[in-house]
Amino acid sequence: MGFLTDNADLLWSAFLTTLSLAVTSGVCALVLGTVLAGMRVSPVPPLRGLATFYVEVFRNTPLTVVFFFLVFGIVQIDLSFPSRFIAAVAALSLYTAAFVCEALRSGINAVPPGQAEAARALGLDFGQSLRTIVLPQAFRTVVPPLGNVWIALAKNTSIAAGFAVTDLTAALQRLSNANADQLLLVFAAIVAGYLVITLPSAWAIRVIEKRVAIVR
Amino acid sequence: MRSTRKLAAFAALGLTLAACSSEAGNQAEEEAASAPTVAEEVDFPEGSTMAELAGAGSITVGTKYDQPGFGLLNPDGVPEGFDVEIAKIIAGELGIAPEDIEWTETVSANREPFIQNGQVDMVVATYTINDTRKQVVDFAGPYYIAGQDIMVAAGNPEGIQGPDDLAGKTVCSVEGSTPAQNIRDNYPEANLVTYDVYSKCADDLANGNVQAVTTDNVILTGLVAGNPEGFELVGNPFTEEPYGIGMAKGDDEFRDFINDVLEESFEDGRWADAWDRTAGAITGEEAPEPPTVDRY
Repeated sequence: MGFLTDNADLLWSAFLTTLSLAVTSGVCALVLGTVLAGMRVSPVPPLRGLATFYVEVFRNTPLTVVFFFLVFGIVQIDLSFPSRFIAAVAALSLYTAAFVCEALRSGINAVPPGQAEAARALGLDFGQSLRTIVLPQAFRTVVPPLGNVWIALAKNTSIAAGFAVTDLTAALQRLSNANADQLLLVFAAIVAGYLVITLPSAWAIRVIEKRVAIVR
Repeated sequence: MRSTRKLAAFAALGLTLAACSSEAGNQAEEEAASAPTVAEEVDFPEGSTMAELAGAGSITVGTKYDQPGFGLLNPDGVPEGFDVEIAKIIAGELGIAPEDIEWTETVSANREPFIQNGQVDMVVATYTINDTRKQVVDFAGPYYIAGQDIMVAAGNPEGIQGPDDLAGKTVCSVEGSTPAQNIRDNYPEANLVTYDVYSKCADDLANGNVQAVTTDNVILTGLVAGNPEGFELVGNPFTEEPYGIGMAKGDDEFRDFINDVLEESFEDGRWADAWDRTAGAITGEEAPEPPTVDRY
């Protein structure tokens, strides 16, 4: 166990990096994904087309490729991110937003059309009916799929390890090579780090799902 | 009409195939000229690893597939390089022909588990001998002494001559590697960035995101060879990395045997010849003095 206390600093900072990567990207992806979902159901064709294009590009591109582009590709057009952590957040957010958008859109489609029609009949415009009538109901039905997206995002952060961010997976690479005699312990510590993030999330998703369930 | 066109297509295909096979034939001939000698009559003590391997007529060797000059998978799916030639010399002494060697890719992180689980009989993969590793595996050799060096952009715009000049600069290496740890421990003023493979470090150096790349000189040599206009090697190694042959712990007989073979190959020129045809062909440098085998 001495090995774990010796490397406690590294493990703790790696855990915090993974957690902050996941949380920051999660928030950004949720905001961007909601905007995109709104665009995809909007009555304005160019907005719909733009959002559809975005979703199809990012949903169908491997995350590693997105990372590669943001870290090495944009330098070719004289752009760069202030830090590699921010580049990683950008890659994870852009990628995950496409999935958030599609999850939300399925929720919007699940809201009975009568709700939107009633809102229009009461004189609400598109933005108002989306914000106050449709989206609140849509978010309730998409808690489980959004939970899936969140857990996938938490695990996808590991790709940042290959792009100069010292997260849990990077710590795994460093520790497993330096401590050949302690491999199982290294793995156990790293897996525990991820489980600390994902297991409570799964539990929280179940609780939220029950709380906000629509009784019909 | 249709059938003639088909015929023509087949004929073209046949020609291409013929051309390919004759090319392959040439390659095979060239390889035969440089193939290591395979012992005809081998006699090993009953029950030893050598007897077992010689009896089976094949050996499983772990090597790197991405290290130009040492172990690099060629387009035919066969690894080539200095590590590969060393393995062929040892296999030859066991009476095993090069084509009977089963190659397995080993990367830095899986070398010890592969040896411990018996997935490979030995590992020749730019494998630095150190005390932590010696606790779980044994090493024959060293057969080469590498050293940590620094690669910079061509013309060395930052004037980096050694590791002390890295203070305040951004330097790139691979996560989990010994050179990265060395920078962290001994040159903490350097701003270290770690990727998972060296090619990304080279990309970042070409982009100007980092000012230097540091790792064993042999690896850097391969990167410089890939982009001689863009990069240059500082050429001032500041550590000693003895490369050994990893094998199962406690098999002293097999270790002695490999050490004997290595010493023989140092003596009779096979070692220098292997160097000249592989890593030496990339660097253009002559084979260095062979190292002294460490029989611990």
